[in-house]
Amino acid sequence: MGKLERIAAQQDRAAGRGPTRRGFLLTAAGSAFLFGFAREAKAAQTFPASAGLPGDGAFEPTIWCSIAPDGVVNVNVIRAEMGQHTGTALARIIADEMEADWDKVKITQVDTDPKWGLMVTGGSWSVWMTWDVFRQAGAAARTVMVEEGAKLMGVSPASCIARNGRVIAGSKSISYGDIVSRAHPTRTYTPDEMAKLPLKPASERRLIGKDVKALDIPAKTDGTAIYGIDAKLDGMVYARPKLPPTRYGSKVVSVDDSEAKKIKGYIRYIVLEDPSDTVPGWVAVLASSYPAAIRATDALKVTWTPGKTANVSEKDIIEHGRKQIAEKTGGSCVFNDSGVDEAFSSAKQVFERTYTCASVLHYQLEPMNALARLQDGKWEIHCGNQWQSLFLPVIAKALQVPESQVIMRSYLLGGGFGRRLNGDYAVPAALISKALDGKPVKLILTRSDDMLFDSFRSPSIQTVRVALDDQKSLKGWEHHASAGWPTGVMAAAFMEKGADGKPYDQFAIAGADHWYDVGPMRVRALDNDLADATFRPGWLRSVSSGWTPWAHEAFLDELAHELGKDPVDFRLSLLTAKGRNVGSAPDSVGGATRQANVLKRLVEKCGYGKTQLPADTAIGIATTFGQERAMPTWTAGAVQVHVDRKTGVVTCQKIWLVLDAGTIVDPDGAAAQTEGGALWGLSMALFENTEIVNGNVRDRNLNTYTPLRISDAPEIDIEFVESTEKPMGLGEPGVTTIGAAIANGVFNAVGVRLRHQPIRPADVLKGLAEKKSA
Amino acid sequence: MIKFKLNGRDVSVDVPDDTPLLWALRDELDQTGTKFGCGVGQCGACTVHVGGRATRSCITPVSSIEGAEVTTIEGLHPEGKHPVQEAWRDIQVPQCGYCQSGQIMQAASLLKDYPDPTDEQIDGVMGGSLCRCMTYIRIRKAIKKAAAAMREETASNG
Repeated sequence: MGKLERIAAQQDRAAGRGPTRRGFLLTAAGSAFLFGFAREAKAAQTFPASAGLPGDGAFEPTIWCSIAPDGVVNVNVIRAEMGQHTGTALARIIADEMEADWDKVKITQVDTDPKWGLMVTGGSWSVWMTWDVFRQAGAAARTVMVEEGAKLMGVSPASCIARNGRVIAGSKSISYGDIVSRAHPTRTYTPDEMAKLPLKPASERRLIGKDVKALDIPAKTDGTAIYGIDAKLDGMVYARPKLPPTRYGSKVVSVDDSEAKKIKGYIRYIVLEDPSDTVPGWVAVLASSYPAAIRATDALKVTWTPGKTANVSEKDIIEHGRKQIAEKTGGSCVFNDSGVDEAFSSAKQVFERTYTCASVLHYQLEPMNALARLQDGKWEIHCGNQWQSLFLPVIAKALQVPESQVIMRSYLLGGGFGRRLNGDYAVPAALISKALDGKPVKLILTRSDDMLFDSFRSPSIQTVRVALDDQKSLKGWEHHASAGWPTGVMAAAFMEKGADGKPYDQFAIAGADHWYDVGPMRVRALDNDLADATFRPGWLRSVSSGWTPWAHEAFLDELAHELGKDPVDFRLSLLTAKGRNVGSAPDSVGGATRQANVLKRLVEKCGYGKTQLPADTAIGIATTFGQERAMPTWTAGAVQVHVDRKTGVVTCQKIWLVLDAGTIVDPDGAAAQTEGGALWGLSMALFENTEIVNGNVRDRNLNTYTPLRISDAPEIDIEFVESTEKPMGLGEPGVTTIGAAIANGVFNAVGVRLRHQPIRPADVLKGLAEKKSA
Repeated sequence: MIKFKLNGRDVSVDVPDDTPLLWALRDELDQTGTKFGCGVGQCGACTVHVGGRATRSCITPVSSIEGAEVTTIEGLHPEGKHPVQEAWRDIQVPQCGYCQSGQIMQAASLLKDYPDPTDEQIDGVMGGSLCRCMTYIRIRKAIKKAAAAMREETASNG
C-alpha cells in the first residue's frame, strides 16, 4: 500500500466509513467543464456554470463515470483544478480505457462527500493516484457496453470490439448512448470487482499520450471561468480580517471602531472565538461592500497582547537550525545505515558544506477567500481548496458541529502551489457566518493580508558531509536538514516513521533520500520548532524537493571539483542502481538506471562540456528524482548562465530539462507544468524571497516582493523520455533541479560558489571580491 | 450615480466616488472576469480597457471614468473570438487562468501599438502582468501568433 492509500485508509477509518455508493446527478448540458453543485440560477448570484439537469436513465457502473442515453460520458473529478488541467488528464485515462468518444466526454468538479474518499490535490499525485482506479472504472463501463451491445446486435461479446463510443461487430455497430437508452444497464462494480477487470495493453491506447485541448481553458479566455473569489450569494456581506501581530498567541485587549463607523457601508466587527485555534486573535470587519470592508479594517483600532514570537527573525530560525544540526541527537532519520559512524571515524578526510534557503511566499494570484453560510441545516463553504479531507474536519471543529453538517463547494483555484492544501482561510469565514446565525459571508484577504497570513515555505539549513578514504573514495554520507514542518503542524497523523521509529515530515526532507550509491547513509530530518512556533510552515510547490537538491546537487559538484572529477561523470559513477537503488515495480522500475539515462540524454542535448561559450558564461547541471522515492520522476536539468562581473547580476539564458515520468498522459499539459515548474525554480533561485522580521514576513506586496516576470523567462527545452511505465507526477519536478543547476553554473562561469538561495547580485559581487583577494 | 459605457451598453453604479473600478465591475455589475490580484496596480490581473487603453482597474476610482467607454474581457469580442483569445486557446496559454483576463486585455492593447512586436516590446509591455503559473513562454508565443493573424486580417480587408 502506497503512502497516500495509507493516508486515505486512515482517514476513512477515522471517519468510520467504507466505500459507499451514492446518488448521482448527471451533468449533460453546456460546457465540457462543470462543477458538481446544482447552481441556483438567479442573476444576482454567481456560481460555476450551471451543471444542467440530472440525466434520466444514465448508466453509472462506478461512482467515477456515467454514460447518458444521448451518449454523453461524464467523469467525476475530485482533484482541484488549479492550472494543471488535471480533469482533462484524468478524463483521458478513463475515456481511453472505456473506448469513449472524446467529443462526448465532460468532467464534473465535485463537491465534498465522504463517498469520494481522500480529497487531496498536491504532491504531483493526481495522475499517479488515479491511474489504476480510472482505468478500472473505464474497463467496467467498456465491459458492460460490449456485453449489452452484443445482446442488442444478437452477436457474441467475443466477436465485438469497442471503439470511439461504439460497440462494433463486423459490419454492425451500436453507439454507447443507444445501448444505454435501449438496454437500460444497471450493473455496478465494487472496487474489488473493478480491480479484477482486464485492462488494455499500452499498445491499444488511443487517447493517452496524444495531444488534446484542455477542457478548462476556453472559459479562462473569455471571463466566464468562476473562481472561489467570484462566488456570490443573495444577501451576503463582505468581511476582511484585522490580523494580529503574531500568527499564534495574540490576544485581543480592546477594539475601537469609532473611526470605522465613519466609513459608509461599515456594519460591525467580530472578535472571533475559534475552538479549532486556527485563527487566534482575529478580528473580522464586516461591511456591505468589499471596498468598505478594506477601509473600515484600516480604520479599526485593535490592541493585542502579542504572542511570544513577536521578535523572532529569519536569522534566529536559521541559527536555531544550525544548532539542531550540530547536536548529534534529535530529529528522525529517513536512512540510518549501519556503518555510517565508523565511516566517519575512520575517514581520511571529511568534506562538509552547509546550504541555506530563504523563506518563499506562495503569492498565488487569487488572494485567500471563502464564502460561508448555513443552508438547509448544512454549513456550505464555497472556495477553491486542495485538501478538503484535511480541513473539512477543522471547519467542523471550529463550528462545533459534526462533519456531516459541513460541505465544501468546489471552484477553480486562482493558483494553488500548495497554499490551498492548508484550508485555514475557510475557518474564519465559517466562524463569521456562525456569529451572524448562518448569514452568507464572503471573506476576502487583501494582498497584504494574504502575504501576512501565508503559510509559506520555511527557511531551511542543510549540512551535507561525506567520509573519504585515502583513495578519495566515498565511504559514508550524511545529510541533515532543519526547517519548519508543515505536515507536523497541520497533519501530524500523516507523518512517516523514520528508521528509528520516530515520526518525521516527509515533505521537509524528501529529495535528500537520493538514489546515489555513496556508502552507508544517514539522512536526518530536524523539526525547526522555532519556525513552527513563529509561523505556520506551508507546503510550497515541490515541497522539500524544491530545496533539498539545492544542497546535495551543489554539494556533489563541489565534491567532484574537490576530487578532480567531472561533475557529470562523477554523478553517473554513483548512479549504479545497486542495493536499495535498484528500484521496484510498478513505480520505480529500473531505479537509478533511469536517472542516469535522463542525465546522459541531457548532456547530449545541452552541449555541456563541448560548446564554446562566451566569457563568464557557463552551463550548470543537476539531477533529481522529482518529488519522492516512492514516486520518482527522473529529472535532469541544465541551465546556461551569464554572470555580469560589474553588477553581480546572474542571467539565465536557457534551460534544458529531460524527464522520465513513465507514461505521459497529456503531453502538452505535462510540458506546461514543467515549464511553469522550471520558472518557479528559477524565480526562487534568483528573484524572490522574503525574510521573517519581528515574527512576520517582511514583504506585503509586489513593491518589494519580486517574483520572476516575462522578461526574465529564458528559452526552455523540455524532453520526456518515451515510456509505457506507470505515470508519475509532473506538477512539481520541473522546479527541483533548477536552483542547484544555477549555483553550479555560476561556479562554472566565474568560480564563485554560493550556498544561500536566492542568489542576489550582492552575494555574487562579494564572492568575486573574496576570490580576487584570496 | 456614476455613468459610463461598459462593453457597449450604458451602465450606472451607485457607489462612493473613490470606489475602485474593479469592485464596481465585479460586485455591482457582475462582470467577474476582471480579477483582484495585488490591489496596487502591480500585477495586472485587473486590466481593462478605458477609452481603448489598458488600465489597472484596481487603482482607478470609478468617478474618474465617468462617461468613458470601458471594455472588459467579457466584451473584448462578442463571441470570445478576438485574435488574442483565439491564440490563447490555440497555444494553450492559461494554467490556473486567474491572471489571463488581464494578460489578454494587456496583449490586445499591445497589438494596437505594435502590430508586429519584438520580444523586447512584448517583455516591455507585458512586464507589468504577473503570471504566477509562469506561462510567460506561451504568452510570448501567443502574442506573436495573434499579431500574425491580425496582420493577415488587415491585409485581406485592406
